[in-house]
Amino acid sequence: MISFVNVTKRYPDGFEALKNVAFTIHSGELVLVAGHSGAGKSTMLKLIAAIERPTYGNILVSDQNVNALKKSMIPFLRRSLGLIFQDQKILYDRNVFANVMLPLQIRGFQNKTAAGRVRAALDKVGLLRKENAYPITLSGGEKQRLCIARAVVHRPSILIADEPTANLDVDYAQSIMEVFRSFHQVGVTVVIATHDTALLNDNRYRILTLNQGKLVV
Amino acid sequence: MKIWLSQHWQALNRALKQLTNTPLSSLLSIIVIGIAFSLPLGIYTMLGNLQAISSDTASTPQLSVFLKLKASQADIENVNSQLEEFPYIASFQFISKEIALQQLQQESNLNEVANNLPKNPLPDAFIINLQQILPDELENIRAVIKKWPEIEHVQVDTDWARRVDALLRLGQLAVLMLAVVLGLALIIVVFNTIRLQVLTKRDEIEVIKLIGATDSFIRRPFLYFGAIQGMAGAAAGWLLIALGIQAINESLVELAQLYETDFHLNYLSFYDSLSLLIFSALLGWLGARLSVAQYLSQIEPE
Ligand SMILES: Nc1ncnc2c1ncn2[C@@H]1O[C@H](COP(=O)(O)OP(=O)(O)OP(=O)(O)O)[C@@H](O)[C@H]1O
Ligand SMILES: [Mg+2]
Repeated sequence: MISFVNVTKRYPDGFEALKNVAFTIHSGELVLVAGHSGAGKSTMLKLIAAIERPTYGNILVSDQNVNALKKSMIPFLRRSLGLIFQDQKILYDRNVFANVMLPLQIRGFQNKTAAGRVRAALDKVGLLRKENAYPITLSGGEKQRLCIARAVVHRPSILIADEPTANLDVDYAQSIMEVFRSFHQVGVTVVIATHDTALLNDNRYRILTLNQGKLVV
Repeated sequence: MKIWLSQHWQALNRALKQLTNTPLSSLLSIIVIGIAFSLPLGIYTMLGNLQAISSDTASTPQLSVFLKLKASQADIENVNSQLEEFPYIASFQFISKEIALQQLQQESNLNEVANNLPKNPLPDAFIINLQQILPDELENIRAVIKKWPEIEHVQVDTDWARRVDALLRLGQLAVLMLAVVLGLALIIVVFNTIRLQVLTKRDEIEVIKLIGATDSFIRRPFLYFGAIQGMAGAAAGWLLIALGIQAINESLVELAQLYETDFHLNYLSFYDSLSLLIFSALLGWLGARLSVAQYLSQIEPE
């Protein structure tokens, strides 16, 4: 479960990216976050993972008050999440396999068990053939899949994706959405920020719409 | 426990990989540390050798005890028996005034003077070889013996013992000061290499921080790297000194044969070598720790 209680985020330069935002996402839900460019979607997702801290208000993630979290506990909050970043954050100095290995490495997994999990995650996003490829050689869609594989390899209960289908053609976007849907179906909470209109017209999902940092109801 | 061990093992692996990834710069900084360390290390080793030599000679000093001129045979026997019971004495030898005069007469340049003396002006004397003792105790012994009624004068050869002792102490102080300065140098060298590493690994650090790596996980390979670098540097310094000693010993062999002695320089002891390695590993660790603390906090995910 993810809850925002009257959250305001003001950046150091004084710009208010989120204004008094309140909502709750229940566990197991798949929710889309919509809004124009600069509406505050990424800011919202960053607040969930404590990458940014709110100026006012409270944020609850799986019954933890993120505000009250000590700095040393933040890594453990992030470990309970699967994060897909708008700017991807792929490491180009190592191959696909090593990139997906990272979340397991930081948890101290034994290499053997980890390798099995990495392959399972790559298989899930259809990237198993490319495990030895370097990210620079991947297509846009393949990079997005790599990010998804890295986000799910440690089997998080909450998946947070920032524009995972940006710059992809409709078919590619569809197949990536399929991957998210399959996680949703096994009970994972999924939050996706997007301005993909085709996706937003699909009325199966709840949509949180932001406009100038305010939640549109 | 198993996870903890494997995390440390992996961190060590990453540190070693880093070391072999940048062989030239790693080698250079190890050599720099090695050369810096070889200076105090060399002096320390020499001091150890000097101390060994001087304890053979300087700290087994002699006392010359001169009896009063009018001392009788009974007085001599009295002093003799007192010396026999005196502690700290390794051996002693009686030199009568007659023998002393003979010795004087044999010294060619004093021959004439000695031969023309109307009567023997020399006192009876005891030459005492003391056990190994501190210079202060030597002074005490002198004072005690001087109070005996039969004794005119006690002469101690403390000066040289004192001088050697003071010199050694000065040397030890110099080594200590050098070690402190060069320990600082080691910390700075490691600090700087770790700083460069942190900067070149910015992306990786940022990403793993974002996906939930703890600070200690991020720090660990750098700390291992610093410790390894410090230790390898010290080992390089040790090697330099060992080679130096070997070279000196080889040329000493001839000299020693000439003088029919078995004189050679000792290497740094096992215990000293071990503490050197441990100590420098700790310093390297400290340098890395300071560097990482400084530069990791600068890499916050934006
Ligand atoms: N670190 C920052 N400092 C100052 N202002 C920021 C910072 N990050 C974001 N902003 C501003 O906050 C507003 C919201 O940014 P945010 O990235 O949340 O938008 P977004 O909805 O994700 O947009 P997009 O769809 O383009 O990704 C923007 O106007 C942006 O300029
Ligand atoms: Mg955004």
